[in-house]
Amino acid sequence: MGKIMVLTGNYTATEAAALCRPDLIAAYPITPQSSVVEGLAAKVHNGELDANMVQVESEHSAMSVVQGAAAGGGRVFTATSAQGLALMYEPYFRMSTLRMPMVMALATREMTSPETVWSGQQDAISVRDAGWIQVFCDSNQEIMDMIIQGYKLAEHPEVLIPVNVCYDGFYSSHLTEGVDVPEQKEVDEFLPAPSFSHCVLDPEKPFALDPLTPGPLLMKYRKNHLDAMEKALEVIEEIDREFGEKFGRSYGGAVSSYRAEDAEVVLVTIGGMTGTGMDAVDMAREKGIKAGLIKLRFIRPFPAKRIAKLLEGKKAFAVVDRSVCFGWSQGPMHMEVKAALADVDEKYAHFSAIGGLGGADISLRNLLETIELLEAVKDAPGEKATKWFMNE
Amino acid sequence: MKEIRLHGRGGQGVVKASQLVVKAAVAGGKCGQFIPFFGVERKGSPVFGYLRLSEQPIRRKTQIYEPDILVIMDDSLVSLPQTYAGLKDGGIIVINSRRTMEELAVPQNAGVVAVVDASGISEELFGRNIPNTAMLGAFAQVTGLVDQEILFEEIAKTFGERNKMAALRAAQEVRVVKG
Repeated sequence: MGKIMVLTGNYTATEAAALCRPDLIAAYPITPQSSVVEGLAAKVHNGELDANMVQVESEHSAMSVVQGAAAGGGRVFTATSAQGLALMYEPYFRMSTLRMPMVMALATREMTSPETVWSGQQDAISVRDAGWIQVFCDSNQEIMDMIIQGYKLAEHPEVLIPVNVCYDGFYSSHLTEGVDVPEQKEVDEFLPAPSFSHCVLDPEKPFALDPLTPGPLLMKYRKNHLDAMEKALEVIEEIDREFGEKFGRSYGGAVSSYRAEDAEVVLVTIGGMTGTGMDAVDMAREKGIKAGLIKLRFIRPFPAKRIAKLLEGKKAFAVVDRSVCFGWSQGPMHMEVKAALADVDEKYAHFSAIGGLGGADISLRNLLETIELLEAVKDAPGEKATKWFMNE
Repeated sequence: MKEIRLHGRGGQGVVKASQLVVKAAVAGGKCGQFIPFFGVERKGSPVFGYLRLSEQPIRRKTQIYEPDILVIMDDSLVSLPQTYAGLKDGGIIVINSRRTMEELAVPQNAGVVAVVDASGISEELFGRNIPNTAMLGAFAQVTGLVDQEILFEEIAKTFGERNKMAALRAAQEVRVVKG
């Protein structure tokens, strides 16, 4: 059994990363992530953590340095947000396409402009096609557990894809609550030392890593990458089960649901709004509305089949996004959930809801009103206007 | 579940104080959650904090619009409309002030109003105005929501004995002027 510590989301990420025994951490501070790596730097300085801590001059360098260490076979960690992620875009892509395993915490933050430092998922969402696995967390406990699971997933021999563990800036990164922190021994048993070798340089066996590659060969790499993403959907479920057996906490794998079995109307959530959504579902049930919730956890790979199955036979759904899909007048996760469903406009009343941009709140009232709107339109299939949570 | 909104100014220790309450709640086998709300981060600007205490796990992660309890660390903030906004009928106000209830213009629907000179205690003990630990003492005394012994030990562990003394003094000196 672990011990209960009272931690912010960021310090939860610190504790989790340290328990995974990283060989090297390279990072550059950025709001709202900064305290993750401040915490790690303190642990290295105090001698609590035996890792190389590299303070770099930019996020581009942070990702490049961890890439170098992964090419040495090391387990590596970094964390970032928004502008930092944007600045590391080039090595970010290379990390996944070289199939180098790692975990990066992402305290999600709105993208400028207008200038902002506050919450929003536009940063993570905008790189969802850069080849990384992405998981979104609701509670601090989930941040802890997904960082530990993340390494297991990233380093799985049939996956070998880096993992972003995403959580809402401020609403989770600065949220303080009790977290069950596992013992080092338990984590060591669950997560053995890394053993990947496909991208590891060795002077005894010289080879070229990432040489200029002709198209037909590059296409093979891309297809392999996509196949591994598909395989990851299975591995995610296996790791969730194994973690549940060892630590007593299970998250349902790539997607989870709440009171959805007999629901007619379904709220689809991502990240820290999920707990609020569960409270809204309970309140709607008290009013006699058969409401349920689906929580998108992994969005890369996208668990399309499981989502289609969970929505089978339902009358209406709304997908709440904390980001926008420019050019489609709706949220990106609404686009993707629709893509997972056949004949969506004939079978379901549905709409996109957008809220929580730039630190705005997604309130209980916002989500309850969304459920009530679903109840009102549930018998009229087709796509309805996007609902914006324009709170004063 | 009790929802508590804290109002203070940057540098007064709203965040650290609230985190201690969560620690004390969890140490006492209950659930606690705190979300700070940052505007522009600078000393002296108004800051908010959202604190929840419950017997059950706390799921929602939102701002607090209809607080059961208001903790106001700086009485100059009462002139801002958002300070008293949304207080539940019969709700509790704990405020750091030397002023009267009339001067503080507390809302009619408040059930309990408690006043303590936390700044005075802080200035006397530390030579400067960091009223947070004294306010914790008053909060614990008036609301009974956290085990005082556990909370005061957490204060001593984190900030030292003098801060525990500040909390103890405020717990003794806080005056319930309504309710």
